[in-house]
Amino acid sequence: MGKRIDVQDLHVYYGSFLAVEGVSMTIEPRSVTAFIGPSGCGKSTFLKTLNRMHEVTPGGRVEGKVLLDDEDLYGANVDPVAVRRTVGMVFQRPNPFPTMSIADNVTAGLRLNGVKDKKVLAEKAEKSLRGANLWDEVKDRLNKPGAGLSGGQQQRLCIARAIAVEPQVLLMDEPCSALDPISTGKVEDLIEELKDDYTVVIVTHNMQQAARVSDKTAFFNLKETGKPGHLIEMDDTQKIFNNPSERATEDYISGRFG
Amino acid sequence: MSTEVSAAERPLRGSGRELRGRSESASRKLRNTLATIVMWGAFLVALIPLIWIMWTVLSKGFSTMLDIVWWQKDQSGVGAAGFDKMIRGARHAIVGTLLMSIATSIIAVPLAVFTAIYLVEYGRGKLARAISFMVDILSGVPSIVAALFIYAVWVTTFGWRLMPVACSLALALLMIPVVTRSTEEMLKLVPNELRDASYALGVPKWKTIVKVVLPTSFSGILTGVLLGFARVAGETAPLLLLANYTPFLQQNLFSGNGMAALPTLINANVQFMSADKISADRVWGAACTLILIVLAINLLGRLVGRFTKVKN
Ligand SMILES: Nc1ncnc2c1ncn2[C@@H]1O[C@H](COP(=O)(O)OP(=O)(O)OP(=O)(O)O)[C@@H](O)[C@H]1O
Ligand SMILES: [Mg+2]
Repeated sequence: MGKRIDVQDLHVYYGSFLAVEGVSMTIEPRSVTAFIGPSGCGKSTFLKTLNRMHEVTPGGRVEGKVLLDDEDLYGANVDPVAVRRTVGMVFQRPNPFPTMSIADNVTAGLRLNGVKDKKVLAEKAEKSLRGANLWDEVKDRLNKPGAGLSGGQQQRLCIARAIAVEPQVLLMDEPCSALDPISTGKVEDLIEELKDDYTVVIVTHNMQQAARVSDKTAFFNLKETGKPGHLIEMDDTQKIFNNPSERATEDYISGRFG
Repeated sequence: MSTEVSAAERPLRGSGRELRGRSESASRKLRNTLATIVMWGAFLVALIPLIWIMWTVLSKGFSTMLDIVWWQKDQSGVGAAGFDKMIRGARHAIVGTLLMSIATSIIAVPLAVFTAIYLVEYGRGKLARAISFMVDILSGVPSIVAALFIYAVWVTTFGWRLMPVACSLALALLMIPVVTRSTEEMLKLVPNELRDASYALGVPKWKTIVKVVLPTSFSGILTGVLLGFARVAGETAPLLLLANYTPFLQQNLFSGNGMAALPTLINANVQFMSADKISADRVWGAACTLILIVLAINLLGRLVGRFTKVKN
């Protein structure tokens, strides 16, 4: 599991507004890549193009190519729904389905795509919850509503839900920004483990977090508000944080630390 | 450090300003009191007719409703010798009101819910705006006009016999905009994050709507449906035009023999009211029953809303 992502000269639009300009990058399979950059530079926008969630927004469209192991996600015959089964996503704010129990939340992706076998679903729920380090905390209340969990537990529930459909790639948009340090630590540990099986891409405003969890870091920036964001550089996380090639990267990172 | 100090100072500074503006605050207090009195006054004035109506209807009709015969018997035999000594029941009208309202809901609710789903989940551009505009117009159509329209189509254009179901059609025209609007509001309350979560799992849009959006907003939609139901249950104009009053219990929505309803039971008796005490009792009893039914359904709607509300 875990696929390579190859982005070639991607332009991302909201209607006629060019939000992200000319991004090319390669994301290695079974690695963790962090996207950093100032607010509004298009990290979320770009992230969502990797599983075609961007076009859910009215007017959202892209130009360019995103290859997943040599298959163009934006090819003519590609079904966006199928893309999203291969490339999962975890959002900034935990968003469990309020009408479903904990177990049903985890297996939602499977059930809604036609899996009916109770035994398979129960096994999948346990496996995914264990994978998300949540099993011990919820195993006695699997039939209670998912919305009754704490914020940190909800976020791990959402991660469990995302990995239950066995994607190849997992996208995370600021998954810890609504969480306390302890829950954040748990999610970071989890990302470390997920790397064995998945290709993980995470957007974060927390430099230490990027430094802790990622193998590669991509720095996005924008010249001024209203101008499109673009990729400044992408390199090994060590290099970006200690010895970046670009001046802008160094300014941004040292500005944050200083 | 410095920001903390200024934050601690802020409440102090605020209270200082209030102390200085003491005379100003006295006049504000006066205006505040005046406004309170005016508002309470308006509220009490508005309450008078409500209490008056409720008191009149209850005091004149409640005792009639207490008799079990009222719920068991219809008005068959009306006009026969000796009948004018008996009040008999309103079962035919109660059953008719419920049957026609249920038929109305069966016609209106799917149309309204699908329209709302289209408007909220799919509708973009001209078509959606046109539909939304038409829903607005429909909600402004007087009930007698809706009834007249159905009458024209049913009788004049197709030449069919009048049946109670024609009345349900006219009532449906009145119910559709109410339920469409309330359903729309409920669907808009479903956070987009839930839709996104579902899409991100590779669930197609229609399935997201059926399995995520609708269950999340179900109780709200049901509340709206019940309120719409309560609204058409008390509607009269379409009954007068399309459902001939009959004193007999009639349970077939497709029969040509007419069907009674509580409003038309009132209408059939009201002309004898001043001369005949028993007719008057029937009128008030029917009014009371109608209020009871509408109130019960309203209450049910609110209870459903309260107890099945989804917490986010
Ligand atoms: N739905 C939308 N419609 C139109 N423009 C949008 C929309 N969402 C975002 N944008 C614009 O796209 C640009 C990039 O936004 P984006 O949310 O991707 O930034 P970001 O890097 O994720 O910021 P943050 O760090 O604050 O989350 C911004 O200029 C923003 O105003
Ligand atoms: Mg963002």
